[in-house]
Amino acid sequence: MVKYIAKRLGLSVLILLGVSLIIYVLIRLMPVDFIENKILAMNQGGATVPQETVDALYATYGLEDGSFFGIIKGYFNWLLNICRFDFGTSFKYGLPVTDVIVSKMGVSFAVALIATIFEFMIAIPLGITAATHQYSFRDYLVTVLVMIGISLPSFFFGQVLKGIFSYGLGWFPISGMVEAGSSSTGIALLFEYIHHMILPIFTIVILSIGPRMRMTRTNMLEVLNSDYIRTARAKGLKESKVINKHAFRNTLIPLVTTLAGLLPSLFSGAIITEQVFGLDGIGNVALQAMNAGDIPFIMGYNMFLALLSVIGVLLSDLMYAVVDPRVKLE
Amino acid sequence: MEENKNLENVSLEKEEVVNENIESNVQDNEPLDKNIKLMSPTRMVIRRFFRSKLSIIGLIMVIGLFVFSFFGPLVYTRWGETTPDSSPLTEYATSEFTYTVNGQTFVVRQSVEKEMSYNSYAPISGDHLLGTDQQGYDIFTRLMYGGRISLTVSFLAVFVITLLGVVMGGIAGYFGGWVDNLIMRICDVLMCLPGVPILLIIGLILDSAGVGGSERIYWLMIYLTLFSWPGTARLVRGQILSLREQEYMVAAEAMGYSAPRKIFKHLVPNVMPQLIVQMSLSLGSMILYEATLSYLNLGVRAPFAAWGTMINIISTDPNVITDHFLAWGPAGICIVIAVLGFNFVGDGLRDALDPKMRR
Repeated sequence: MVKYIAKRLGLSVLILLGVSLIIYVLIRLMPVDFIENKILAMNQGGATVPQETVDALYATYGLEDGSFFGIIKGYFNWLLNICRFDFGTSFKYGLPVTDVIVSKMGVSFAVALIATIFEFMIAIPLGITAATHQYSFRDYLVTVLVMIGISLPSFFFGQVLKGIFSYGLGWFPISGMVEAGSSSTGIALLFEYIHHMILPIFTIVILSIGPRMRMTRTNMLEVLNSDYIRTARAKGLKESKVINKHAFRNTLIPLVTTLAGLLPSLFSGAIITEQVFGLDGIGNVALQAMNAGDIPFIMGYNMFLALLSVIGVLLSDLMYAVVDPRVKLE
Repeated sequence: MEENKNLENVSLEKEEVVNENIESNVQDNEPLDKNIKLMSPTRMVIRRFFRSKLSIIGLIMVIGLFVFSFFGPLVYTRWGETTPDSSPLTEYATSEFTYTVNGQTFVVRQSVEKEMSYNSYAPISGDHLLGTDQQGYDIFTRLMYGGRISLTVSFLAVFVITLLGVVMGGIAGYFGGWVDNLIMRICDVLMCLPGVPILLIIGLILDSAGVGGSERIYWLMIYLTLFSWPGTARLVRGQILSLREQEYMVAAEAMGYSAPRKIFKHLVPNVMPQLIVQMSLSLGSMILYEATLSYLNLGVRAPFAAWGTMINIISTDPNVITDHFLAWGPAGICIVIAVLGFNFVGDGLRDALDPKMRR
């Protein structure tokens, strides 16, 4: 087990190196919007900026050499800094990248966590009823509704919700995290947050119930067809006991594994949903940083995402062995 | 013991029945196999596919959208993709002023005539089946052109992804060893790349390269395919790893076939069922991807139409959300229909192709 984990961790480092190389090269191919904008802003002040200042600006941001070798050199510089846990300073926010990510992560995590809890609470019972009433009207209804949820584009569904509940009925705020000019504190502030989070969370839940529910249904069907369920029925157990005690527990195995794999991704933020609802989460911040050409932040954010998905895969593989003793890792 | 006896009786009875049948057939001088209906596996799959109502509905949705987007513009030629309705439209802006002079109140009504250069946000009429948008473009027509882009792009993308996935997965699964290791590590790396952020970066690169409004989406999808073949490759590899051990592969080995022939003629066709299901499901997700990119203004850009681009109108003018649902709602509904259709078809195919799913 320990050997397996060590091997996997070593592989993960290799994967992350590969990912970082690809992202770095892509980013360096990007037009350096940020510095150009800065120079334009300086130009607007009146006098034209002398070439030395421009060069100095590029040098401070470590972008003076745009040739192939310059990019490779920049990559290794970046890598060296990573080894010293220095992800650089965000151009746009003027703060260390890690600080920005950590400070914005909270909101994204809260939204994702609550959404995931609701998602599991709704999806699992739906999946079980669909499986126990296979090919009935109820099964088709649940399947069709859930499929519609999968097929909705998040930006469209979010805007429709906003149109109905924010603009139309005025039940929920249009965007942002708090009311404009709000000065509430403590419990009042918490309620204000919750009020602003309801629509985004609802959007995420509806969009993500589908895969979970279908997974529950398939597993449940498989379990219901197994021999020990027939035995349980044959010895005269009540149907509710068969479903809830014998079948349900074995249905949980794959669900727990996915949950473990899901945990890291809770931190990654939902770019589109956060943009639609104007949440101050990491996804929205990253979107703005990308449009501004904030290289250290984009680099840091993408590596953060890659790290999360590497951990997710590893966790779900480990969890698989923990939950199901029949699985042996090699 | 009793049970066993019963069983024997039953089987005996069955045999008798069969014998009777055969005898009666022989008496009628009919050949034996007339009573047995032979069905090829393909026909069986098709029949099982059409037995499910959902897959029929899905098929209708998909075919309907195809006809709508590819033949629609040929039939409904009243408006083009980028021809604004420039019929002069006069709007009257009326305002009221109240003056009080020497205790007497005068109400002055002022009416200013404003000439609009195009007929924007026209309501539903015979001229415009779904009204017009901000620029006076006919929404119904733009939906058709947008569908062309979405469907073409996602079909191309899925085709290329499958091709790459089959070749890479086939090679990895067949040869094993270091080749397999190398390809699978590349897959690991590509699978860890965050999707939307990477495409945002590529979108900015395309900007600097000066790639124009209608071809951008093709470039983006090319990059998307480069990053998304690992899923298919893993599927193909996993299947081939188990198929490789089958007897018919030993036979193929004994016949001295070349490796490409063994991979692509004997192994890959046996992965086809899973591949077809994967393709139809990923068609839906490709349409969603394309729409998201266009919504983020990375893909197709105005004045060209794509479903995502049509929804993007919201970000320029928030009043559109409530006041002009027609300008963006139908595009969203089209996306949902397309994705839902492909998902239904994919699901139906999965059930039809799965021998365990007999009903």
